Amino acid sequence: MGSGRRGRYTTVSIPVTLYERIRELIRDTGFTSVSQYVTYVLREVVAAHEEARYEEPFTEEDRERILERLRRLGYL
Amino acid sequence: MVSRPHGGRLVSRVVSGRRREVLLEEAGELPWLELSLDRAVDLEDLAHGVYSPLEGFMVREDYLNVLGEMRLSSDHPWTIPIVLDADPGELRGVGEGDDLALRYGGRVLGVMRVEEIYEWDKRLHAEKVYGTRDPRHPGVARVMGMKELLVGGRVDLLNPLPNHLEDYTLWPEETRVLFRELGWRRIVGFQTRNVPHMGHEYVQKAALTFMDGLFINPLVGWKKPGDFRDEVILAAYKALIEHYYPRDSVVLAALRMNMRYAGPREAVHHAIVRKNFGCTHFIVGRDHAGVGDYYGPYDAWRLFEEFPDLGIQPLFIREAFYCRKCGGMVNEKICPHGEEHRVRISGTRLREMIRRGEKPPSYMMRPEVAETILGFKNPFVGDHE
Repeated sequence: MGSGRRGRYTTVSIPVTLYERIRELIRDTGFTSVSQYVTYVLREVVAAHEEARYEEPFTEEDRERILERLRRLGYL
Repeated sequence: MVSRPHGGRLVSRVVSGRRREVLLEEAGELPWLELSLDRAVDLEDLAHGVYSPLEGFMVREDYLNVLGEMRLSSDHPWTIPIVLDADPGELRGVGEGDDLALRYGGRVLGVMRVEEIYEWDKRLHAEKVYGTRDPRHPGVARVMGMKELLVGGRVDLLNPLPNHLEDYTLWPEETRVLFRELGWRRIVGFQTRNVPHMGHEYVQKAALTFMDGLFINPLVGWKKPGDFRDEVILAAYKALIEHYYPRDSVVLAALRMNMRYAGPREAVHHAIVRKNFGCTHFIVGRDHAGVGDYYGPYDAWRLFEEFPDLGIQPLFIREAFYCRKCGGMVNEKICPHGEEHRVRISGTRLREMIRRGEKPPSYMMRPEVAETILGFKNPFVGDHE
């Protein structure tokens, strides 16, 4: 079995100019590579976009059933 | 806005109606695994979406990703493995793709579609999750006592675990509806396992100042001798809320979930769980989920920095203390006075006072809270319970 393994990776292209800009930006920060920085930033952006697209999946029937219990327990 | 569930979908694996009847009947004919209470609690939490997006006990890929990267194979942050252990003898004749009945106390709780049976390295697990292999660490000790194989696969819950605090228990689908109904958009979660003292109230109110609502969510269930009983914790909080919190600003509900004492990793886990309940923010205090001196007091704060995509905002609030010169509860960031003016509120000292039947001074604990606790014949868990 594997140990505390490293994750799998793939390659994405970015302009060399952007790469250089990031390399300069992360100098003397906690980021050890451009890839690490790009991964961090992309995760933040992707999560924000996902957040905006979410709607609760409850049906009206589910909601009524839940509301009834909440009222019975004194939460509403 | 109530937070999006972790991974984008609130899991529900609670089966009801005719399908439940059919599955229960089938479960009687299936090979079965008797669960420990810890694993039965995990099963119930999985089924009710507390651990969304997990739909069952982890398969190897997720498990190893969580150990090594603190992420699921879907890339979503996840710091604590949720695994089901078994002995080879208990799984004799069971293969991948088979259904397995999950029992507790001889009664069928649920069924699992076995996706994978795999070996694990308990020492590596302890090192990664707890940051130590020291068998004196309670989390490590529990891991070392677990069985030799792990079984991964999706679960269905057919029967609830007996719960004497059922009327205090809310599941994520319920709090999500409740928060919307109350009109809350910014909701801060508070994790606790103790009765409230003035330090807790200070931290909660500091957070509530900027929020619409506070979700106080004590962990109940397994306790060690000398801990406050679950009923005492809930009654103490009810007294505090009734006398000292604005109406409709607080929801109190219990959660039966295993405590791992994994410090920083568990702090992130607690935040993810409260995100599933709908919280947008989560209070992370000093030495969150720590034990002994295994973790630095603010290590958890640093770990949160690794997760820009957590989807719940941690609120880092320093430990509160009473300052005689300030004349109130403060923290080291806002109090200029020396240690000689400060009174730290020690949980151990509070317990000792209550054990002797003494009412703690009002700068340590609200009188209504103290009276509520002292009203119990025995507020503590005994040695043989």
